[in-house]
This record gives sequence, C-alpha cells and structure tokens, in this order.
Amino acid sequence: MRDEISAALMIVGAVFALIASIGMLRMPDLFLRMSSSTKASTLGVGTILVSAAVYFGELGVISRTMATLAFVLLTVPVAAHVLGRAGYRVGVELSDRTVRDDLRDRYGPQIDREDIEVDAEFEGM
Amino acid sequence: MTLSDVAIYVVLPMLAVAVLLTFVRLMRGPTLPDRAAALDLMSALGIGFVATYAIATDQPSLLDTAVVLALVSFLGTVGFALYVERRV
Repeated sequence: MRDEISAALMIVGAVFALIASIGMLRMPDLFLRMSSSTKASTLGVGTILVSAAVYFGELGVISRTMATLAFVLLTVPVAAHVLGRAGYRVGVELSDRTVRDDLRDRYGPQIDREDIEVDAEFEGM
Repeated sequence: MTLSDVAIYVVLPMLAVAVLLTFVRLMRGPTLPDRAAALDLMSALGIGFVATYAIATDQPSLLDTAVVLALVSFLGTVGFALYVERRV
C-alpha cells in the first residue's frame, strides 16, 4: 500500500516538474516564465520529497525530507522575487501582450526603458 | 512492476525531458535573468532527481545531497540576481 502511494506521488511530482519546464520554454517573457517555473517546480519537488518520506518511513528520513521541503518552500519564492526585481530593474522586455505595468511609474525614472544597451550587452552572454 | 521500476522507467525519463527543455531555454534565453531562472529550475529538478534516485536504489543517505543542493541553488540564484542588478 505504501509503495502505491509513493509511486503515485512520485509520478505526480514528475508531471509537475515537466509542466514547469514546458512553461519555462514556452512562456513569452521572463516574469511569466518565472511564474510558471517556480510554482510548478516547488510543487513537483515537494511531492517527490513527500514520496521519498512515505517510501522510507523512518524518523530520520522523514525529518530530513521535511527539512528540505520547508527550506525549498521558504527559499524558492524569495529567490524568484529577487531575480524578478533584478530583471525589472535591468529593463527586461515585457511581453507585447502585457496590458498593465504598475511598476513603470515607480522604477521608471531611474532607468531608461527605451535604452536597449542593456539587452545588447547581455545578448552575447 | 515494482516501485524501483516505476522510478527508473517512468519518473527519471520525465525529469530528464524536463531538464532538456530547461536547457533549451538556458541556451536560447535572450537575457541573463532568463538564464539564471533556467539554472534555478534545473537545480530544483536536480533535487527531484536525487530524491527519485534515492527511492530507486533504496539508499536514504542520498537524500543528504538534496539538502545541500537546495542550499547551494538558493545562494546561486540570489548571487546571480545581485550580480545582474549591480552591473547596471
């Protein structure tokens, strides 16, 4: 019984990880890519870790996987926020289907969003 | 079909395809933050790989690697973000 639960959780986690990478490949701009990849990868990795905890079922393993899961749940949103903020400040292009950009007035004067020097600089890297 | 068969023949190939798709974004991705996000996703997928492999080989001590990978990937992403912001 425990093996079946573990297998089901593992497959669900792998499906979510696959969805995250498809979103990373197909979404139109940086922020949508990060939106899909962070959410789905957190869920996928978390489900796989829970599956390992269910499979082994010992106190040491459960505490280790739960510690990893708590750490992932805490740090992935922070990392995504820091990276998104840096990307917006650098002037990463938004998708042309964007309807609303509330940050434009607040971060706008500091950087020149028409200036594509940043993009050209990062293009070759 | 045992659990280790499920892990080896179903879950690990799916994770490998996910890493390949992310690698395409890492190669293509027009700006540096795109690449940093792709690397972050790849290290998250690496945590999944390690956990799945621990189940497949029935060795729980491999899970320590997952903890270390989670720590290092967070530091790496934050470092990349600070570097990107500092360059402007």
